[in-house]
Amino acid sequence: MLAPKQRRLLMALGCVLTSGVVAGCDRSTPSALDPSGPKSDLVATSWWILFSVAAAVCILVTVLAVVPMLLRRRRRQVKGGDGKRFVMICGIILPGLVLMATFALSVTDIATDASPPRPSRMTIDVIGHRWWWEVRYQGSTAVTANEIHVPVGTPVQLRLQTADVIHSFWVPEVMPKMDLLPKRVNETWLSVSRPGTYRGQCAEYCGLQHAHMAFLVVAQPRADFDTWLGRQAQDAPQPTTAEAQRGLSVLTQSSCATCHTVRGTSANGDVGPDLTHVGGRQRLAAGAIPNDFGHMSGWVANSQTVKPGNIMPPQHLSPEDLRAVVTYLQGLE
Amino acid sequence: MPPTTQPTQPTTPDARPRTSSLRGVLAERASAEAAVGEKLDELWEEEPGLIGFITTVNHKRIGRRYLVTASFFFVLAGVNALIMRTQLGSPDNKLVDPELYNQLFSLHGTAMIFFFATPMNSGFGNFVVPLMIGTRDMAFPRLNALSYWIFLFSGLFMFSSLPLGLAPDGGWFAYVPLTGDKYLPGLNLDFYTLGLLFLAVSSTVGAINLIVTIIKMRAPGMSLNRVPLFVWAILVQSFMLVFALPPLDTANAMLFMDRRFGTRFFVPSDGGDAILWQHLFWLFGHPDVYIIVLPAMGMISSVIPTFSGRPILAYPFVVLATIATGIISFGVWVHHMFAVGLSDVSLSFFAAATLTISLPAGIQMFAWLGTLWRGRIVLSTAMLYAVGFLVAFTLGGVTGVMFAVVPFDQQVTDSYFVVAHFHYVLFGGAVLPILAGLFYWWPKITGRMTNARAGLWSFGLVFGGFNLTFFPMHIAGLLGMPRRIYTYQPGLGWTVWNVLSTVGAFVLAAGLLLTLGLFVHSLVRGERAPDDPWGANTLEWATGSPPKDYNFPVIPTVHSGNPLWDGRTLPSMVEHRHDPGRTLTEEHKTLRTSELDSRVEAVMTMPEETALPLLVAVLLTSMFVALLVSAYVAAGIIAGFMAVAVTWWLWHRPEVEPG
Repeated sequence: MLAPKQRRLLMALGCVLTSGVVAGCDRSTPSALDPSGPKSDLVATSWWILFSVAAAVCILVTVLAVVPMLLRRRRRQVKGGDGKRFVMICGIILPGLVLMATFALSVTDIATDASPPRPSRMTIDVIGHRWWWEVRYQGSTAVTANEIHVPVGTPVQLRLQTADVIHSFWVPEVMPKMDLLPKRVNETWLSVSRPGTYRGQCAEYCGLQHAHMAFLVVAQPRADFDTWLGRQAQDAPQPTTAEAQRGLSVLTQSSCATCHTVRGTSANGDVGPDLTHVGGRQRLAAGAIPNDFGHMSGWVANSQTVKPGNIMPPQHLSPEDLRAVVTYLQGLE
Repeated sequence: MPPTTQPTQPTTPDARPRTSSLRGVLAERASAEAAVGEKLDELWEEEPGLIGFITTVNHKRIGRRYLVTASFFFVLAGVNALIMRTQLGSPDNKLVDPELYNQLFSLHGTAMIFFFATPMNSGFGNFVVPLMIGTRDMAFPRLNALSYWIFLFSGLFMFSSLPLGLAPDGGWFAYVPLTGDKYLPGLNLDFYTLGLLFLAVSSTVGAINLIVTIIKMRAPGMSLNRVPLFVWAILVQSFMLVFALPPLDTANAMLFMDRRFGTRFFVPSDGGDAILWQHLFWLFGHPDVYIIVLPAMGMISSVIPTFSGRPILAYPFVVLATIATGIISFGVWVHHMFAVGLSDVSLSFFAAATLTISLPAGIQMFAWLGTLWRGRIVLSTAMLYAVGFLVAFTLGGVTGVMFAVVPFDQQVTDSYFVVAHFHYVLFGGAVLPILAGLFYWWPKITGRMTNARAGLWSFGLVFGGFNLTFFPMHIAGLLGMPRRIYTYQPGLGWTVWNVLSTVGAFVLAAGLLLTLGLFVHSLVRGERAPDDPWGANTLEWATGSPPKDYNFPVIPTVHSGNPLWDGRTLPSMVEHRHDPGRTLTEEHKTLRTSELDSRVEAVMTMPEETALPLLVAVLLTSMFVALLVSAYVAAGIIAGFMAVAVTWWLWHRPEVEPG
């Protein structure tokens, strides 16, 4: 029997070697070659064309370079001539044709990629922060963080902005990169063709915790999405237990409220993520940890051990207060 | 296998007619040396010992120093890379913290590009170019010494930041506004801006020196259509440096002022522009790829004809391709910025430009391949590395062409796919040729042969390790792994590819260590090298191994593009051995010739050795240290001293007498 680690390794290798497709081994791999949207579909198709031509060129050059080495003992004399015609044909004309075809592919792709297949009906603002993503739905009061829900099969307009340095928005399975630039709004679109959760990550180096600036794109059927958006637009639910009630008062009276907003309470800070529905999110700290009671407690107590250098200072709460606050936040679905 | 280990070489009609002389001193050089060698020795000999060490202006000593110093920085930056690879060898690894990791990758990139690749090429340029064009030194020997000292001190300046915990941490392209004082306070980025401005002084004067040397000092008869391809490559590279460095210097000066004096060039909230930095940086940065790769290709154009025993195919095409690369490379910088959100028209334009620049590379590639097919191959270590280059550079080239398909570029830019691509271009396209060049010119530089069997191991480990390190990165990138992350989570499908890369990195390191051992062994116990061990075609092999201080006892008349194979250039050294216009035994002198046809114009007196370049470099170093620690008044005073030193230097100009 193999250890699970070895089995995974063998599986990964086997998957690549047998299928010849370096994708689809694991649903959680954010593979650009396992696309789930028109933008990444386009790129994946172009990739396989480019890959075939590139592989042919590499094999040709390798053969042309290695064969004379192998045959070197057979050759007794050098051949004359200065080979201008050979270089002209193989080095200029043939590559020129290939390059022109590549250019045709490029301009076609640029044109296809420029606008969505159908006009989009909704717009989402994505604002990059060091090191998390703020997400706002236009026409709704919904504000969330690090998790972008979209209706499946519908093009969505994206308005990308940054609050500080340059970031880059990248969901390999769904859309290639677009940068978030200071004092500019980069408009693009996104469409997901299959329901599911897709991992995205900041792709432009943005400082200390660039590695921990991930997010999720959750594509849902229209009805589910509408329900979700409706709930996100609402204020935070009232606490139902005594423990949660205590958590709310700790939150509003401690330093939490100076940085975070929980809509429907007096907490209205705008430095960190909006926590109104934080309990419903899959992950915390821009993808760094799962969202459960234990991880959230650790994060609130001292986030610096999880994600050193992030802006949130350690919270000096009593164990009871900490438990109460986390209970309250976990209840905010 | 080098021919020296194969005494039973078939003596067939070959462009290398000199198989009989492979084992000793060329008859022509011996005869010329007998006539004038003693006199020239007295004129060109430098002070021994420490004084000679700090005052030397001899291009060969300076060239060797460039090679050793750049290799030393290569080792340091390579160790950075090994630490990074170890960190990424397993998910959620805690070997280094993010602060150190970010410093390591920033310094690795900056050092490899600026303090290894470019100066390594300058080292070859310095050592080989004057020999290849048949002259006795560089045009400005003291400036040459200055550019070396500045390179050394700026490299030490940059690397001293790491033990201080203050290494640059903004990536090698240091995008603003991240690198402004608001987000990255501390001296880290000041080391970066000042270190690069400091080094740019060296690169600029070095480039000008090489340009003048190549244009004005070629041996009589070496008209432009007979200039060796390596020299052409160095000439084009030097022109590129002169034009590419100003945008980088400007950007760094502006960033330094933003950080220190409150200017707002790159501060968007106050009306500055973040994209301006990217344009300025890449307007330097893309030509810089070719600044690194062109001389490396020139080395390949030296190695392949020699070991194929025939001149290169389509020489004029290769020259034109070299020049075309130099020009076109200034028009493709925007392909580094395809994800910035530019208009479709600019995207299409720069996509076309990106495709165009691969044409000259294709011309050179097929000139080399055709030369192999029409030649009679001797598979030396240098040739192994050259063939490795052909394969690796093609792989780096085809992925480069892919970036012209803009949506594909947007998918893989800033991912590990790009990391894989540029390591194939820079390691495959520059380090492998540099190793080929080292093995090729080693006998000339040191006077010793290297062991051919160990060379096979060196190539096998380096080439295998290189591919194992960088090939899996293509896949990691396609699987969504961004570059510059200090760690990653398990379960994303990235682990296996990172493990392979890490194993590869250690194999590569072992190969490079073995190569170093091989060179050390050669220095200590290597067989003595003859003048022309490979039966090569260019003039440097008509000197001693290692060459005498004066290079050529008699400056030859060049009759063709392959002077050692034409049967006339070498005998010209014997013919002219009593001609004072060619032996120049009266004073410390060499010839100045015309730009195009290389006709003799004048006899130039060359400067004697001096410590002035070292003094100026030390003053410049103290000025940059003063700027770093905000001692601006002190910096101003030191600049004053420097002006005095330079004036003194220029006061004693050597004379020129018409020829």
